[in-house]
Amino acid sequence: MRSTAKRALFEPVIDDNPVTLHVLGICSALAVTTSLLPSLYMALALTSVAALANTAVSAIRKVLPSSIRIIVQMTIIASLVIVVDQLLKAFAYNMSRELSVFVGLIITNCIILGRTESFASSNPVGLSFLDGIGNGLGYSVILIIVASTRELLGSGTLLGITILPTVADGGWYNPNGLMLLPPSAFFVIGFIIWAVRSWKVEQVEKPEFRIHEVHRTEAL
Amino acid sequence: MGDHVELFIRSVFVENLALSFFLGMCTFIAVSKRINTAIGLGAAVVVVQLITVPTNAFLYHYVLEEGALGWAGLPDVDLSFLGLVTYIGVIAAMVQVLEMVLDRYFPVLFQALGIYLPLITVNCAILGGTLFSVERDYTMSESVVYGLGSGVGWALALIGLAGIREKLKYSDVPDGLQGLGIAFIIVGLMSLGFMAFAGIQL
Amino acid sequence: MSEPKPQPSKSGESVGKTLLIALLVSLACSSLVASAAVLLKPYQIENQLLDIRRNILEVAGLLWTEGDINELFETIETRVVDLETGAYVDDVDPATFDALEAAKDPQLSVAVPPELDRARIGRRAKMGLVYLVRRDDAIQKIILPVSGYGLWSTMYGFISLEPDGNTVSDISFYEHGETPGLGDQIAKPRWRARWQDKRIYDESGALRIEVVKGRVPAGDPLAAYRVDGISGATLTGNGVTHLIRYWLGDHGYGPYLRALREGEGT
Repeated sequence: MRSTAKRALFEPVIDDNPVTLHVLGICSALAVTTSLLPSLYMALALTSVAALANTAVSAIRKVLPSSIRIIVQMTIIASLVIVVDQLLKAFAYNMSRELSVFVGLIITNCIILGRTESFASSNPVGLSFLDGIGNGLGYSVILIIVASTRELLGSGTLLGITILPTVADGGWYNPNGLMLLPPSAFFVIGFIIWAVRSWKVEQVEKPEFRIHEVHRTEAL
Repeated sequence: MGDHVELFIRSVFVENLALSFFLGMCTFIAVSKRINTAIGLGAAVVVVQLITVPTNAFLYHYVLEEGALGWAGLPDVDLSFLGLVTYIGVIAAMVQVLEMVLDRYFPVLFQALGIYLPLITVNCAILGGTLFSVERDYTMSESVVYGLGSGVGWALALIGLAGIREKLKYSDVPDGLQGLGIAFIIVGLMSLGFMAFAGIQL
Repeated sequence: MSEPKPQPSKSGESVGKTLLIALLVSLACSSLVASAAVLLKPYQIENQLLDIRRNILEVAGLLWTEGDINELFETIETRVVDLETGAYVDDVDPATFDALEAAKDPQLSVAVPPELDRARIGRRAKMGLVYLVRRDDAIQKIILPVSGYGLWSTMYGFISLEPDGNTVSDISFYEHGETPGLGDQIAKPRWRARWQDKRIYDESGALRIEVVKGRVPAGDPLAAYRVDGISGATLTGNGVTHLIRYWLGDHGYGPYLRALREGEGT
């Protein structure tokens, strides 16, 4: 039981990362990754919703009729997201303005619905809670890496603290403006995937079509 | 009228839901392997968006907003916090209806889209379109234009990506980038390209 | 998801049970959501107000003191002004007046004529808020809310003027959607500092202020009215020019500032 719990918690971070392996759930967050602080809030929000939603769905899994399964899961997720959104508006008003619609988009985050459907509906409460946290962590790790890269290279700061003094402020670092624009988020994730798959070779996808090998051996 | 044309152009190119706001990525990456499925899904998204954005805008303005229920004699009620759950409910219902219509009248398309139809419900782009139009306080006519434009923009990006990926089948992509990785890089480049549309004023 | 009808299956599903569970879930979720909304509302309103106040204090240059925002804000006089005549309006409560909301109400607002609307404002309320920093009854700073379209979306900010109603003290944009790293420099201290001591109107009262492309050349006779642009953010800069010219022009706070210059209103 110990090891299953540990697996539920840590596997989704690298081996089974929802973002880099299953392409799940990045949408709602990339737009806020221009700086680290909003991304941390996003990560926290999503992880809480994932864990609580998993717990709730797991708790009623034995009585939930199959025909309304998806709708009920979505209702639970939506309600939790609303609560999180309201909490943000109440206690971190500035941040909630920066995050604007993206907190609401947690509802459609494929990770959460994916886990409630595939895991929480058939696993006990404790394990589901951990699974929610685990997947939330996997997502958070990617988000934090992307955000740190973008903020550091794009503005020379991390969490608002200057690490690389920019030319505009009298320093030496010429900030990479591209890092603050949307395309860079895609590039950074592409490179993260490349790095992860070079390390964990079993995640590499088989190409659909390979030009016949004969041409290659001729060069050898 | 010119305003609406400008809004349309802006929502298709400059504020493209997929390429500027990263919405709808999951299905985006998964479906963009074949142009045919991409076209089918793109069309479905346009239809759903065109229906749900104005409907949700209507609900927001006449039911949920602070003071919106004035016509029912309840001007002090503020139901805006129910927004998220209402919108997702409307979207789920519309997708269900679309599924039934496709199943009855366009069975081939229904088969081709298979699992992707229910996935439209959780497509961030659909909910995102609604949330943006509510946040920006669009009027009814503006929300129709925005619904159409944002759907078309997303579909355009999807079909473009599918076209590129089909051509990419014969390229020698490094192992680690195969499939998912290179798709992201391509989307990044497309996003860069679409940024060129910013600042166009009609 | 398109099942024909719910059949009583091996797990004992029936229509009645389905409805019951659906009802219970809805009740649970709605109570959760509703209580959260109701309990948290006061905090939200307070924070929203605090945020606006902080922005005003900041552009007035009063935020350097450590202190409670609400207390600091006591030193600022908020008035409602009729934009057409420039006169103070006393029967509208400044604490509850929301110019953006009023702009949506056809009875409380006017359309901005297209030839004046380069900032793409559309409609504006007939009245506007002004914030006055006073010391011993004399006006130290005049703060006016401004807004208009930049490159990507509407920008909202405040401009702070010296008592002559012409010289700029500071300008800040608390909400904007401009390009990070380029247009978003409008909210950064470096660019804001360039506005200090610039003048809006020339001697004849004509609107002269503008954000130029590139740097203002040394020795430019009109340098007092020109602000350096942000490289790579020309359109954002143009947006700022348009919105400042609108709000400080005859269709905006122009009449008010004129009335103020000619001898204090009330």
